[in-house]
Amino acid sequence: MADTTSEKIPTVVADGVDIVYRVNGTGAGRGSATAALNRIVRRRQTEKAAGVRRVHAVKNVSFAAYKGEAIGLIGTNGSGKSTLLKAVAGLLPVERGRIYTNGQPSLLGVNAALMNDLTGERNVHLGGLAMGMSREQVKERYQEIVDFSGINDKGDFITLPMRTYSSGMAARLRFSIAAAKDHDVLLIDEALATGDRSFQKRSEARIRELRKHAGTVFLVSHNNKSIRDTCDRVLWLERGELRMDGPTADVLKEYEAFTNGKK
Amino acid sequence: MSQVLHTPPPATAPADDDLAALAARHGLTVSGARPTLPEYVRQLWARRHFITAFATAKLTAQYSQAKLGQVWQVMTPLLNAAVYYFIFGLLLQTKKGVPDYVPFLVTGVFVWTFTQSSIMAGTRAISGNLGLVRALHFPRAALPLSFCLQQLQQLLFSMAALAVILLCFGVPVAVSWVLAVPALVLQFTFNAGIAMIMARLGAKTPDLAQLMPFLLRTWMYVSGVMWSIDNLVASHNDLPSWVGPVLQANPAAVYIDLMRFALIDSFHASQLPPHVWAVAAGWALLAGAGGFIYFWKAEETYGRG
Repeated sequence: MADTTSEKIPTVVADGVDIVYRVNGTGAGRGSATAALNRIVRRRQTEKAAGVRRVHAVKNVSFAAYKGEAIGLIGTNGSGKSTLLKAVAGLLPVERGRIYTNGQPSLLGVNAALMNDLTGERNVHLGGLAMGMSREQVKERYQEIVDFSGINDKGDFITLPMRTYSSGMAARLRFSIAAAKDHDVLLIDEALATGDRSFQKRSEARIRELRKHAGTVFLVSHNNKSIRDTCDRVLWLERGELRMDGPTADVLKEYEAFTNGKK
Repeated sequence: MSQVLHTPPPATAPADDDLAALAARHGLTVSGARPTLPEYVRQLWARRHFITAFATAKLTAQYSQAKLGQVWQVMTPLLNAAVYYFIFGLLLQTKKGVPDYVPFLVTGVFVWTFTQSSIMAGTRAISGNLGLVRALHFPRAALPLSFCLQQLQQLLFSMAALAVILLCFGVPVAVSWVLAVPALVLQFTFNAGIAMIMARLGAKTPDLAQLMPFLLRTWMYVSGVMWSIDNLVASHNDLPSWVGPVLQANPAAVYIDLMRFALIDSFHASQLPPHVWAVAAGWALLAGAGGFIYFWKAEETYGRG
């Protein structure tokens, strides 16, 4: 695939990306209050002395993603997959390097915008608007979203507050809202494993449909089977570093050898 | 983990400068870069339905667990007013020399609460909603604006309660009540501006949320919420000459007095500071435009912990 890069249209280009989290109030030893005071009084000291911990989540990652690709992101827990995805979406600032994108990549997920105290119905509207749909689009898709989620299969639950839903029902509704919009570059963070078996089948079908409309899809998952089923290229992140980038079968083989070897 | 150290470098990753050139050649833009100011305003306008829906949702969610439900929207301000009346009207006898003291006090409390809660909500707008900021892409100014809008809706409930209180205490309905509308528009603009400034500061230093209640309480006590600035200046001739004008130019005092002037017939224009509408509009414009630009300047940095 290296030979054809010049003809393909890139949609996401990451150029030497570093992402660093700063966490306040981790001052070691006694009295973090004195550490905090110290931090304010002596502003010019190093961050470490001031009790600010730097977590270097992604280190010097470069890649180019092209139109029509479905790319899997794999790696053990805490290896920076979700962080990288958020940076591609423009939701986390990068420390060094640049991420270039074609259009606005969007994360599949609206959990944060939904409110448990509101009815499912209000949440569908709120979630749709939060993703940037217009009021008309939300109205148009409303029935589709409710039907897809299957919330009303067992009675009129959509008019009840979301806090009364079982965790599976809530997860189904969230996925249905999130999947209602078409995206240029779609970023999916382990969303395939929600709900019961029949809902999982429906979700996978919906993801395939979204892939057809989207230019490029990124999928973060620990499920090697769903990566194998959906992706043709895989990026392997380990401790924030890009360990491997290549066709799904090759990378997964190395990755499986790595994870099994650790046991 | 040594068995994978021999992993060959990926064949498809070109050198760094090639990547930048590749991106430039295909017209890719930097992800998460700050849009220009007109573009930002356009994006914000496109999200207006989200802003209003989010505000209404927050307001409704507030009392959804209470048995009395939305009745608390009106009950809370009424109880607040009752407490202030008990302390300042009955115990401390602050009402000396103020006709219609209860309407005077309640108007002051409600109008002040609007500014106070807008600023408090603004301070937490980004730092308290990091989940939302990190999950979805939208102009971040939507958050402080939405919270101010929620407070405005809350105030409208309070104003309904206020109208009842006014009528109970024999304040007649007058044409001047219409003036409450421009006064509220100006105050909302001012609040939104300050909320955006506080949102940016609060995003960088979440500790501000702990400090703000004290600053705001101090501000309340100098804003003539429970007492009349006009009376104080008139009765204390020994005060330095700058104290009166400074107290009266305080934006909170300006908006409170404008509302009293609009609603209470015994509150006369002579009690208002000179050029009061100009001052009110000036504060609104200064805070509104300044706050918006100040907030926008850091747009791309919101979301880092």
